[in-house]
Amino acid sequence: MSEPAKPVIEVRNLTKRFGGAAAVQGLTLDCAKGEVFGFVGPDGAGKTTIMRLLAAVMTPDEGSIVIEGVDVVGAPELARSHISYMPQRFGLYEDLTVDENIEFFADLFGIERGMRDERAARLLGASGMTPFRKRRAGQLSGGMKQKLGLTCSLIHTPKVLLLDEPTAGVDPLSRRDFWRILYGLRAEGVAIVIATSYLDEAERCTRLGLLRQGRMAYCDTPEALKRLMPGEIIAISTQQAREAREIIASLEGVKGAILMGDSVHAVVDDAGRRSAELKAALDRAGVLVGDMERIAPSIEDLFVSLLTTEGKG
Amino acid sequence: MNLRRVKAIAKKEIIQVWRDPRSLMVVLLMPLMQMALLGYGVNLDIKHVPICVFDREGSQQSESLMKAFQASAYFNIVETERDYDSLKRAIDAGRCKMAVVIPPDFSQHLATRNSAEVQTILDATDDNTANIARGYAEAVVQTFSGNIEAQRLQSLGEPLPNPPAIAQYRVWFNEDLESRDFIIPGVVAIVLALVGAQLTSLTISREWERGTMEVLVSTPVTRSELMVGKIAPYVLIGMLDAAFCLAIAVFWFAAPFRGSVFTLFVTTLLFLIVVLGVGYFISASIRSQIGASQVALLVTMLPTTLLSGFAFPIDQMPRPVQWVTYLVHSRYYMTILKAIFLKGSGLGDLVAPIAALTIYAIVIGILATRAFRKTLG
Amino acid sequence: MTSPAPASEIRIAADKLTKRFGDFIAVNAVSFEARAGEIIGFLGPNGAGKSTTIRILTGLLRPSGGKAIVAGFDVARSPERVREHIGYMSQKFSLYSDLSVMENLRFFGGVYGVKGARLEKRLKFAVGMAGLTDRTDALVADLSGGWKQRLALGCAVMHEPAILFLDEPTSGVDPASRRRFWDLIYSLAGEGVSVVITTHYMDEAEYCNRIALINAGKLVALGSPSELKRSAIHGEILLVEGDNPGAMLEALEGAPAVRDVAPFGSSLHIVVDDAARDRPAIEALLKQRELQWSRIEPIKPTLEDVFVQLVGGDRAKGAAAP
Repeated sequence: MSEPAKPVIEVRNLTKRFGGAAAVQGLTLDCAKGEVFGFVGPDGAGKTTIMRLLAAVMTPDEGSIVIEGVDVVGAPELARSHISYMPQRFGLYEDLTVDENIEFFADLFGIERGMRDERAARLLGASGMTPFRKRRAGQLSGGMKQKLGLTCSLIHTPKVLLLDEPTAGVDPLSRRDFWRILYGLRAEGVAIVIATSYLDEAERCTRLGLLRQGRMAYCDTPEALKRLMPGEIIAISTQQAREAREIIASLEGVKGAILMGDSVHAVVDDAGRRSAELKAALDRAGVLVGDMERIAPSIEDLFVSLLTTEGKG
Repeated sequence: MNLRRVKAIAKKEIIQVWRDPRSLMVVLLMPLMQMALLGYGVNLDIKHVPICVFDREGSQQSESLMKAFQASAYFNIVETERDYDSLKRAIDAGRCKMAVVIPPDFSQHLATRNSAEVQTILDATDDNTANIARGYAEAVVQTFSGNIEAQRLQSLGEPLPNPPAIAQYRVWFNEDLESRDFIIPGVVAIVLALVGAQLTSLTISREWERGTMEVLVSTPVTRSELMVGKIAPYVLIGMLDAAFCLAIAVFWFAAPFRGSVFTLFVTTLLFLIVVLGVGYFISASIRSQIGASQVALLVTMLPTTLLSGFAFPIDQMPRPVQWVTYLVHSRYYMTILKAIFLKGSGLGDLVAPIAALTIYAIVIGILATRAFRKTLG
Repeated sequence: MTSPAPASEIRIAADKLTKRFGDFIAVNAVSFEARAGEIIGFLGPNGAGKSTTIRILTGLLRPSGGKAIVAGFDVARSPERVREHIGYMSQKFSLYSDLSVMENLRFFGGVYGVKGARLEKRLKFAVGMAGLTDRTDALVADLSGGWKQRLALGCAVMHEPAILFLDEPTSGVDPASRRRFWDLIYSLAGEGVSVVITTHYMDEAEYCNRIALINAGKLVALGSPSELKRSAIHGEILLVEGDNPGAMLEALEGAPAVRDVAPFGSSLHIVVDDAARDRPAIEALLKQRELQWSRIEPIKPTLEDVFVQLVGGDRAKGAAAP
């Protein structure tokens, strides 16, 4: 995954302010070839601003960005040939067909025809969009629009791919196609930076940056981050989840209990020790319990425990 | 400048205009509608002014005078009144713009004193019309007088005297003084100015609003490539529209055309570039489509209709306003068009306005390129 | 949470509900029931018809076909009566950003006809529920996502509706706020409110009592999360983790024992007929390609697996593309 070679993206102390408030503050990170770096955080945490700064669509107030050795802030035009940017609402030209959209971007990047046809055929095929090439972009489903956007972004060979919430609201099948293409890019050494609010997508990243109010609170691999999380999680399936939660929440060693649809997740200090205790307490109260098993924390659990956002929103 | 990128942008723009019913409407219907509206609607001639007559005598002479008024193309007797009150009411109600009162001793005075007074009462709420109507009324009465005098002299067997001085006038260029003939070329200028600005005013803001611009600026395309690529298709469309409007002017409205098509072509092309540049500038400065569209309308419609010399002559305006008109691009094209249509002027005769438009084009070009920011802030 | 007893009141009954826009069928013969105290999740991608269905049930759109009885009234015939008994929270919360917390609550209370002592009581409840007791004069524009979300929920329940419709209420909100929000939903459900919630986040659907999977306007499946997982997956799921998921994916796709394989998190989910039986074959295949794995074990299916199984089959047959 991460190679010891020089990083493709180097960001140092990136800061951007709007009015008085800092949307991004002191961001520093490196991204290597073939790495997928994910930014996770709620709306307003600064994900989109960071993507725009990296894409040279916005100029920072402080800090530097170097991509493939090019100073993005000082020489944005030079950097642009190495970058592909897919903003949150990738604007496709709705009146143009799939093919016409691809042709347009190929022309902008100066891709010669043979290469364009070959890449287009490959990417569209991987997305299941070959039968739709003559259809107007405006008539595609949400998932297909995003896949077309990705195809247009990849019609040239960027070293860096910037994706701002590319699969928001897209159906799971299209999302899989999308990620299949991204995995292929990883193998080709493209560095991918993705902002996402899908926590399961966050799990697919090589490294994650957890953003809170413009600052990167944590940055590491998903596994390392999960290990940071204090406590362990026991999933208890039961039809009487509310009662179960009431009972469990007050027990010793239980840090928290989360209601799910047909289960309760208990966050405990030591799963081995507390499992039996919990079961006993529930039995005593007459609550019927199905399976009880220790599960790995999800990114959501991680987020909640690492980034509790109480106080001034 | 990378030609391939410019071509790609131009091609895309053409496809979009072709496939978007709304922009097609602007391109095709709007000029047609405006030519029709302005061409038929604007009429500066005063004709068939409704008047009412109060004949207090009812003699053969007074009836003759009334007939003289009726026969004139400028007046139309809509009512005859029996008293001052109903006359006043007729004017108040707006049924007539002028009233003619013939005194009860009209023919008697004519016979004995050789002069009689006719009273005209004018509704001067429309000051302009009132003045002109008064002039025409005087003319009608003068002619009537002249005829009476001539009859009298003839009946006495005396020769008709020559009036001391007669202004012999010859109208150059617009012999019938048909206002339509000088209005129609003006209408073409207005239509092109409006349509042209509308065409390009939306092109940039639309892309920002739809989110396509954000991707476009992250590609290698430069600001000038974008501008040329986007304006070029509209030059083509604009020339087609211009040809369309000019054809309507000449063949439908029968405006006399005395100049050369070549001169027309060159000057129209120049004007179009200016107009499209203005629209592009607005679009690059205002990120919302609605805002850009409104500003485009405001900035072109009012100055073009009021300050370009279309309806109101510039040299009758107060000095400071005259200076402002130098900034109105359609003023120069207005001059050019009227000159080509009515005087048959060639390029050599129009050096001044052409030079003005060229300077305008260069300045707008610079402003427009700089107005477009490739970053979001 | 107590699953509602079978005898509890049916608050929503939709029967073959259909909505057409010209040629396009946005909602295609959707039928389901919701009882008091139940939380039903409408799960599906954007454009699947979730919001349209909600708009029909709230009386905002007339159905083209079928019927729906909400809170005892027919949505097509008496939409205004329906609206008196329901609360609705739209996407992006529909709050007035230039008004304060209290002003928003008063406004919505007024709009629903809540007044006098009852209004004061409800205001106190809503403010407390949202946790905004000492910020009632704050402008909504100054609140962050999580607070706005809870406030919007408060506004939606000022008139104590029997049914609550929430359209993508947790989009873009941080996970901690999301959990807090769900606690509020659970407590409302505990008091007997029926909650219909739409989402495109598969993991969020796990919070619901029952899930309605919607794709391309059709109701593809209806049941509790565990029911769906049991019935929809024909086979079992193996999780494989390794250094090179991309290469593993390629190697396994189309292999004999493999019914389906897809990237999932940092690993792969492989659908096989029998985990125990087929596992060695998978391992052998990977070894043959010299691909290292750190973990390979059977897991319980997720709702995404369910969705893909149910809808993927359609796509393979060339039906309406997603």
